[in-house]
Amino acid sequence: MIHQTLEAALPKSKRFTLSSDQQALLLFIGLLLTFLGLWELGAKLKLFLPIMPSASQTIADFWFWISDPFFDNGPNDQGIGRLLLVSLRRVLMGFAIGSAIAIPLGILIGLSEVVSKAVDPFIQILRPVSPLAWLPLGLALMRDSEKTALFVIAITSIWPTLINTKFGVSQVDPTYLNVARTLGASRWRTISKVILPAAAPQIVSGLRISLGIAWLVIVAAEILLSGGIGYFVWNEWNNLKITSIITAILVIGLVGLIMDRLFGLLQHWFSFGQRS
Amino acid sequence: MHSSETLSPATPLSPAQPTAQLTAQLSLQQVSKVFPGRDRWSDKLLKRTSRPFVALDDINLEVKAGTFVSIIGPSGCGKSTLLNMIAGLSQPTTGTITLNDHPVVTPGPDRGVVFQNYALMPWMTVAENIRFAVETVYPQMSIVQQKSIVQDYIGLVGLGGAESKHPHELSGGMKQRVGIARALAINPQILLMDEPFGALDALTRGFLQDEVERIWEQERKTVILITHSIEEALLLSDQIVMMTRGPAARIAQVLEVPFPRPRKREELDQYPGYHSLKAAMEHHLSCETRAVEESRIRR
Ligand SMILES: Nc1ncnc2c1ncn2[C@@H]1O[C@H](COP(=O)(O)OP(=O)(O)OP(=O)(O)O)[C@@H](O)[C@H]1O
Ligand SMILES: [Mg+2]
Repeated sequence: MIHQTLEAALPKSKRFTLSSDQQALLLFIGLLLTFLGLWELGAKLKLFLPIMPSASQTIADFWFWISDPFFDNGPNDQGIGRLLLVSLRRVLMGFAIGSAIAIPLGILIGLSEVVSKAVDPFIQILRPVSPLAWLPLGLALMRDSEKTALFVIAITSIWPTLINTKFGVSQVDPTYLNVARTLGASRWRTISKVILPAAAPQIVSGLRISLGIAWLVIVAAEILLSGGIGYFVWNEWNNLKITSIITAILVIGLVGLIMDRLFGLLQHWFSFGQRS
Repeated sequence: MHSSETLSPATPLSPAQPTAQLTAQLSLQQVSKVFPGRDRWSDKLLKRTSRPFVALDDINLEVKAGTFVSIIGPSGCGKSTLLNMIAGLSQPTTGTITLNDHPVVTPGPDRGVVFQNYALMPWMTVAENIRFAVETVYPQMSIVQQKSIVQDYIGLVGLGGAESKHPHELSGGMKQRVGIARALAINPQILLMDEPFGALDALTRGFLQDEVERIWEQERKTVILITHSIEEALLLSDQIVMMTRGPAARIAQVLEVPFPRPRKREELDQYPGYHSLKAAMEHHLSCETRAVEESRIRR
């Protein structure tokens, strides 16, 4: 009796010393294995359409692509790493072009209410448009699929960065501006030493969102253009190789995740002290 | 009661005496501040019109070089408004503010400002915050000299060793020391402080008041300090400006605080006249505050 009450009184965590992270990891592994198990079972019992591969086939194919990512047997048979590099280069270049437009423009409209009001209608109308709608225009203007890809990605990357930069710049804590004013700081010094650092966390978070969307859009753009991981997905569909498509989906997701995490680190670094 | 010796007679602040202007460093003449109301059609549409608000009315004040002046008054009477106008951050609606006979129109480094919320740039270290001020005001000064000034003032406020810390690593009291060092490092003629210790706990506040007293003994700047604390005003000031409640707040009375310096907090209540000064201030503030509360209830 006494033993039982003692046991009940003891906090459970004394015996189950798993942190919440460890519990989550166990749950994650459990869910993954359950999912793969059901998939394998369903395929073995022929519950799906015949085109659907089993989990084990998919994993084997995944391993085939991952184990030798950089082979090159001509333009239509390349390792997934090479394909990713093509897409990554397009995304990063387009993103750089877009950011090079968005950040200065965002600063300008953040600083001047008049410019902001004048430019706002353009932004408001163009921002909700799917970047793919620009693709035919890009093809017509550039007559080159590579440049069109950059064009589409650049336009994609503009909006979140532009809007975040504008807000970051226009919402700088007025006391910082008052400090600069009481010291008699020049306009340029106020912008470079006070406004931009104060807005930096917002700008970086805009860049992070832009890059994420650019990575979403590149796959679709490449299905319509050619080359890169997006074209690979489409090509494998034409070959009816579902395992490769699933591999590509996972790899695209992983690369997106890694890029987002890297930007997360940058954001953390820039938000220094803002978390007071 | 020694009130007759120590309390200066209530100064009737009618137009400033022209003689005072000769010796005063800072002079406010018939200064008033009216915040414009909102009654444009767009405001009417949004039902957010307001009438113009007379915050300050006919403020006259002469401050001699090297004096420590405190401004005390019921909350919301317009103390910050007054200090911002002296700082040049906003303009008086009527009247003039002159510093060394030059009208104040813009902010400038001849006035150092200490902000209530510290206003340190979070992305700069302690040293960089002060350095930013020095560099802005003395761009042609050599870097070595700038750095030595920064170091001097970090030492003066007792922050040696914390140079490369960022503001989020500092306590409130330490942050305000940086604020004070930054304001002093540009060597202003006047130091303006708006409730610099308002956000600090009582112990830290007392400690920093002693520090300000010590620093003031060294620097002997003209200081204008806004405070809510009677003790703080009595410890630090040569003159205490008592304001009436708003709207249309005025200066009710200017008290002289003749205690010898350096002053010690513990010995403060032994100076002759301390109790009568304190009683006068308490009486004024409680009357004004009661009137403010009553007018709020009736509204
Ligand atoms: N920009 C403004 N527009 C309209 N009214 C204002 C503005 N700024 C201040 N006021 C009003 O002016 C009055 C004085 O404000 P102020 O901040 O100077 O008071 P204060 O004495 O510093 O108060 P506290 O003791 O709370 O710091 C207040 O009633 C306030 O509502
Ligand atoms: Mg105030």
